[in-house]
Amino acid sequence: MTDIASTSDSLLSAGGSHARADRIFRLGALASGLVVLIILGLIVVSTSIDAWPAFSELGTDYFFGTTWSPSEGLFGILPLVFGTIVVSAIATVLAVPVSVGIALFVTEVSTKRVGSAVNLTVDLLAAVPSVVFGLWGFYQLVPVFQPVLNSIAGLVSGIPVLRSIFGQSSGVGFMTAGTVLALMITPIVTSVSREVFMTVPHNDRLGALALGATRWEMITGVVLPHSSAGLTGAVLLGLGRAMGETVAVALLIGASPHISANLFGRGEAMPSQIFRSLSEASGTFRASLFGLGVCLFFITVLINMVARRVVAVADRRLKGA
Amino acid sequence: MAQNLVGASETNQTGATNAGAETPDQPFGGLQPSRLIPGFGETPDTAVSPLADIPGLLVDEPAPDNPTVFEVGALNVFYGEFRAVRDVTMSVREREITSFIGPSGCGKSTVLRCFNRMNDLVAGARVEGKLEYFGVDLYSERVNPVEVRRRIGMVFQKPNPFPKSIFDNVAYGPKIAGTKKKSDLEDIVERSLRQAALWDEVKDRLNSSALGMSGGQQQRLCIARAMAVDPEVILMDEPCSALDPIATARIEDLMRQLKDDYTILIVTHNMQQAARVSDATAFFSTEESAAGDRRSGVLVEFDRTDKIFSVPSDERTENYITGRFG
Repeated sequence: MTDIASTSDSLLSAGGSHARADRIFRLGALASGLVVLIILGLIVVSTSIDAWPAFSELGTDYFFGTTWSPSEGLFGILPLVFGTIVVSAIATVLAVPVSVGIALFVTEVSTKRVGSAVNLTVDLLAAVPSVVFGLWGFYQLVPVFQPVLNSIAGLVSGIPVLRSIFGQSSGVGFMTAGTVLALMITPIVTSVSREVFMTVPHNDRLGALALGATRWEMITGVVLPHSSAGLTGAVLLGLGRAMGETVAVALLIGASPHISANLFGRGEAMPSQIFRSLSEASGTFRASLFGLGVCLFFITVLINMVARRVVAVADRRLKGA
Repeated sequence: MAQNLVGASETNQTGATNAGAETPDQPFGGLQPSRLIPGFGETPDTAVSPLADIPGLLVDEPAPDNPTVFEVGALNVFYGEFRAVRDVTMSVREREITSFIGPSGCGKSTVLRCFNRMNDLVAGARVEGKLEYFGVDLYSERVNPVEVRRRIGMVFQKPNPFPKSIFDNVAYGPKIAGTKKKSDLEDIVERSLRQAALWDEVKDRLNSSALGMSGGQQQRLCIARAMAVDPEVILMDEPCSALDPIATARIEDLMRQLKDDYTILIVTHNMQQAARVSDATAFFSTEESAAGDRRSGVLVEFDRTDKIFSVPSDERTENYITGRFG
């Protein structure tokens, strides 16, 4: 009798303290989640308040103006948006094939030992500070790059469309910044791709090989289709990082805000313009720079939303009805 | 090498006629091993051979004279220094179902994977001994493992359809083997799905994802996928262990039908299944390895299935099939 009573007592009291711990945990977790949300909201609000004069005074001239010339009081952000998109697009186009290649090598081809050596190297690349990439690019890469770019420009000088895309270079510019940026986003794209490839079920690989697939056929037939959603995520993560990258791009893009088809020419990106000018800007100029921050934020949010959509659709197609 | 293998496939065809005429569908030539295994021998009297009433034909043990597909002699499989399975000797006959039974860890799956060189894909795996496929040493340096796997298909324990449509799953093998034309592929897909008794269930949704099918359907899809490349042999590694009894029964029916065209090797945990479907049975067991620290596998007995289940010659086999061990 007493046994039963004491057992039920301990059951009840244990239940009580467990429930309390559970409640505290839930509140704590909720609070942590909310803190992130609140900080994000405050950043958006305070940046938008600082940017508001530019938005209200300049209106459509700000968002759709094609000249960014603070000395003349012209604050059209399109050249900077253009520069940001071009540089990150170049970086993504260059980095993705290399990163996917490295990830495939590590997961599908190499032995464990070689694979971990490669992983370590790639991870070390991620540890190099942005400003070091910028300095290295400026002092080491630019002198090598300039003649190469100009000889390419010379090769295509007779071909109508290519002539304007691959024009003369002064060493710095979209292509130089994009190339260094590609190096910088390679580690993140590689490691996400690697994780994605590792989620492909071993059984699926065996299934393909058992049908007489070569390794390459197995990769194109099983590994890549399985990974399409994840790879989209990896690419957009890299793109997002490239768009926000500041110091290295500021050193290498040429600080010349204009829209031009010449990928080898100079340009300017949104974050590098903010970084370059904020200390000396005031009034509308300062507000315009804050506005650039707000716009950059919304562009990256937009890309993220598109990415999620793409991933969701690909996922649904994969899983079937 | 390629010529050898092509020659082999011709032998295969000649063998077909012999096999059809002389392999009776009555299991075990009248022997009733059901005293050993409950439920044994209940299923397969669906198709009685037209020759069954010819007197004297169905004697105790019809000597199978189907051509030998695999000749295995003193086969040992190693993982690094560790010998996982030792001394496997057997001959697998054409258009028969040969089953591998035995307790967990006895190496039956490991041995099965030697037959299409899937063990090549395991780092450190090594095979010693004789494994000949129609007289060709499968582990000769001149043999291309990719070609081996094209001729010797495999169905896995867990259904593993690719994350593609039903159509693309079946068409995958023929596509990589070089079939390009859409109409050819359509023919192959229909034929394979019919062979796998799946066509009627999926013909209206060939373009929907294979991952939306039931487990039993997925496994039959994998069988269809394996048959689409027109293999000579199909290896099945516990194909029913992830399926419910109804789906299992369908797969077993399917195996009996496929036997007319294919040589089948099946690993199974389920003794009744081996007794129900197979013509020859290999019983594997475990033993302490030489070092005494790990258990390794050994082939204990290989014989006609009726013999294994009625008058096994090894005591270990008898203990296992009567449920005293394992």
